[in-house]
Amino acid sequence: MNFKLSEEQTMLKESVTRFIRERYDFDQRKQIIKSEEGYSPDCWATFAELGWLSIPFAEEYGGFGGTIEDVAIVMEEMGKGMIVEPYVPTVLMFGQLLALSQNNELKSEYIPKIIDGSYLGAFAFLERQSRYEITDIRTKATVQDDNYIVNGEKAVVYGAGNANALIITVRTSGEQFDRDGVTLLLLESDCPGVETKPYQMMDGQMAANVSFNNVSVPQSNVLGSVDAGAELMEALVPLVILATSAEALGIMSVLNELTISYAKTRNQFGAPISSFQALQHRMVDNFMAVEQSRSMLYRGLCAYGEEEAETPIECLRSLHAMKVIISKSAKRVGEDAVQIHGGMGMTDELNIGHYLKRLISINTLFGDADFHQKKFNELSYKT
Amino acid sequence: MDVKFTNDDLAFRDEVRTFFEEQFDFDLAKRVLNDKSGDYKSAIVAWQKKLYEKGWIAPGWPVEYGGTGWTITQRYIFECERGRLGIPDAVPFGLKMVGPVIYTFGNEQQKEKFLPRILSSDDWWCQGYSEPGAGSDLASLQTSAELEGENYIVNGQKVWTTFAQFADWIFCLVRTSKEIRKQQGISFLLIDMKSPGVSVKPIITIDGKHSLNEVLFENVKVPIENLIGEQDKGWTYAKALLIHERAGIAEVADSRSNLNSLKLHAAAEISGGAPILADPVFQMRLSDVETELMALEYTELRALASMAEGGMPGPESSFLKIKGTEIRQAISELALQLVAYYGGALEGNLDPGALGHDFASKARVDYMYGRAASIYGGSNEVQRNVIAKMVLGV
Ligand SMILES: Cc1cc2nc3c(=O)[nH]c(=O)nc-3n(C[C@H](O)[C@H](O)[C@H](O)COP(=O)(O)OP(=O)(O)OC[C@H]3O[C@@H](n4cnc5c(N)ncnc54)[C@H](O)[C@@H]3O)c2cc1C
Repeated sequence: MNFKLSEEQTMLKESVTRFIRERYDFDQRKQIIKSEEGYSPDCWATFAELGWLSIPFAEEYGGFGGTIEDVAIVMEEMGKGMIVEPYVPTVLMFGQLLALSQNNELKSEYIPKIIDGSYLGAFAFLERQSRYEITDIRTKATVQDDNYIVNGEKAVVYGAGNANALIITVRTSGEQFDRDGVTLLLLESDCPGVETKPYQMMDGQMAANVSFNNVSVPQSNVLGSVDAGAELMEALVPLVILATSAEALGIMSVLNELTISYAKTRNQFGAPISSFQALQHRMVDNFMAVEQSRSMLYRGLCAYGEEEAETPIECLRSLHAMKVIISKSAKRVGEDAVQIHGGMGMTDELNIGHYLKRLISINTLFGDADFHQKKFNELSYKT
Repeated sequence: MDVKFTNDDLAFRDEVRTFFEEQFDFDLAKRVLNDKSGDYKSAIVAWQKKLYEKGWIAPGWPVEYGGTGWTITQRYIFECERGRLGIPDAVPFGLKMVGPVIYTFGNEQQKEKFLPRILSSDDWWCQGYSEPGAGSDLASLQTSAELEGENYIVNGQKVWTTFAQFADWIFCLVRTSKEIRKQQGISFLLIDMKSPGVSVKPIITIDGKHSLNEVLFENVKVPIENLIGEQDKGWTYAKALLIHERAGIAEVADSRSNLNSLKLHAAAEISGGAPILADPVFQMRLSDVETELMALEYTELRALASMAEGGMPGPESSFLKIKGTEIRQAISELALQLVAYYGGALEGNLDPGALGHDFASKARVDYMYGRAASIYGGSNEVQRNVIAKMVLGV
């Protein structure tokens, strides 16, 4: 076992760090958020040039053939810059669903376009009522000749407003809550009957509600098997959770650094506030929270894809535990950073509150701490 | 000890309930109270005027100055009903802060000039204490006031001034002499916001709203009759006020109201076909907070009762402030947890209904703004220091 970065990984990490330092400081980010698209096509083109969009894809599709560890390294650094470009929706959700599927035609058509930066994607899985139950799906698809006809609505779809294509979950059989009967379809965003209402999220990223009114999708655009889309989703979720946990870790470590250095320079009662033990103890607790988070991320990374070596239940337990520890840590580190900055921490002008907002979004994605703790209990304490 | 309601108390409760239900504009409140804009100001002033006309605007004041003369039980009932119906508290700066300072330490002229307009909500007040260099360590403030003839000339900068953009008057702590002990040499001045040389700059907070400001003073002339009490003794008056402010921040009734809404929303929000309110884990989270709140309701009642006998609240107010804000924050955290993905959406031009939850936006704003509750009014760390020193004697 070895927790050191390889030479290649160090270079990858440094390339993200450098990009953020040179092109993505807090003010530059603000301008990007204010722009009409809500992300920077220029930066996206740079991501393509630097090869970040190709990391998790197989070499036969022009990818870098990277590992989940490589993705985590990039995400941790991106977290520090609070990158709003749709890396998660396009590369990790849309892209990895394709990669995980057996649909070689769709793969050869779409993966190269993601890698060269010309194509954005999104994954529309959430519905108004579904919350963290990813197979609670009302959007329906019925067969008509060679096509599916889709009707329904998806909500809070990150990246959907700018996406060229979407992967959506539809019910092709069974009842609303059934795990079976869910199918994944890929469709172009400009298909007749697709309506997208974009809005901004508090973390600066763009999301949209997307409705489908008799949208026709060729049957050849099914990803995975018909009625068995849940399998593909269940393969994707751990990957996304690992990546965004790494992002959260990056954010938490910046918050701790910023808070410690603020506390050392802010004087009250004739002394730096860092000299007050009440604050020292909190900063120590937050330091420990970040270390525990890093350990949990590594544990999660080790468990991922090792279902053969360990039992699948052990792998899942590690992933749920990771989400629990990192969500709890994120909440306390983010909230304490605001607290220790005092009034300054409450201002929109400072980056502290923005980091907190991104942490909260990450906590919510695919289930909050309580949700994962319940799943953990189900796997652990059978009576 | 006797904690039962009498028949008179029950009749009073009905009267309060009927008044609230008939007079409060619930629809308007729903639209503007979260908004902190000019519409918010006019709505809250209109409501305060109704309370004023009814004679109920200042339950904490002595009767001779316009108080209600209620018993502790009546005040408790009033607050319970307010919380139950989700009616906002009056804006504190005039009624709970500067008003008590003026009737306690002000002269007759000042009482006549200011108190009636505070009661009628004709004047909007703001609090000019904090400065960039003087937050927790308030006594290190630098804004200076030099006496020149009949006027003080004020120069300096206040920050984090809530609702200065609406204010007619600001009460300020200013430095009038440079004594060795920094608490001495501070004076309590009332300043007309329309005075030449006063300027206000907005500060946007992490809830995306504008309630905070910087207030700058450049050679502002303030007539000497606007000095409260004696020059250089302002710290004593301010401390008395801070104790009032802290007790007020417990906001028990508002937490009760927020908790009630949270339960309603948790009953309406469905996951996997069942309401979240039926989820045992969420129930535990809720009851963690509700049991604490139930205890705090009686802690506050005990504090009120001892105030009724002894006058000013003591350092126990720090305790109310810590617990009250922790509970309030815990409720806002649960509300945000409840709205899940939707809490993050800034609906902008979108119809909030299109997002499924019409309470999601409020949950986010309350959570974000609520982070400040453990910072303002003397941070919770500083309150713990106060309790350690003043109550525990360590
Ligand atoms: C939303 C909001 C509204 C406000 N409204 C007003 C207003 O209307 N008028 C007004 O005058 N002011 C107002 N304030 C200012 C508020 O009172 C100050 O923010 C507060 O006193 C803290 O000061 P500070 O922000 O300078 O933080 P600092 O004093 O710099 O504190 C930073 C951190 O250090 C901690 N700390 C400081 N000293 C100690 C210690 N001895 N031991 C342990 N920890 C310590 C604090 O708890 C905090 O966590 C408002 C603030 C906010 C956020």
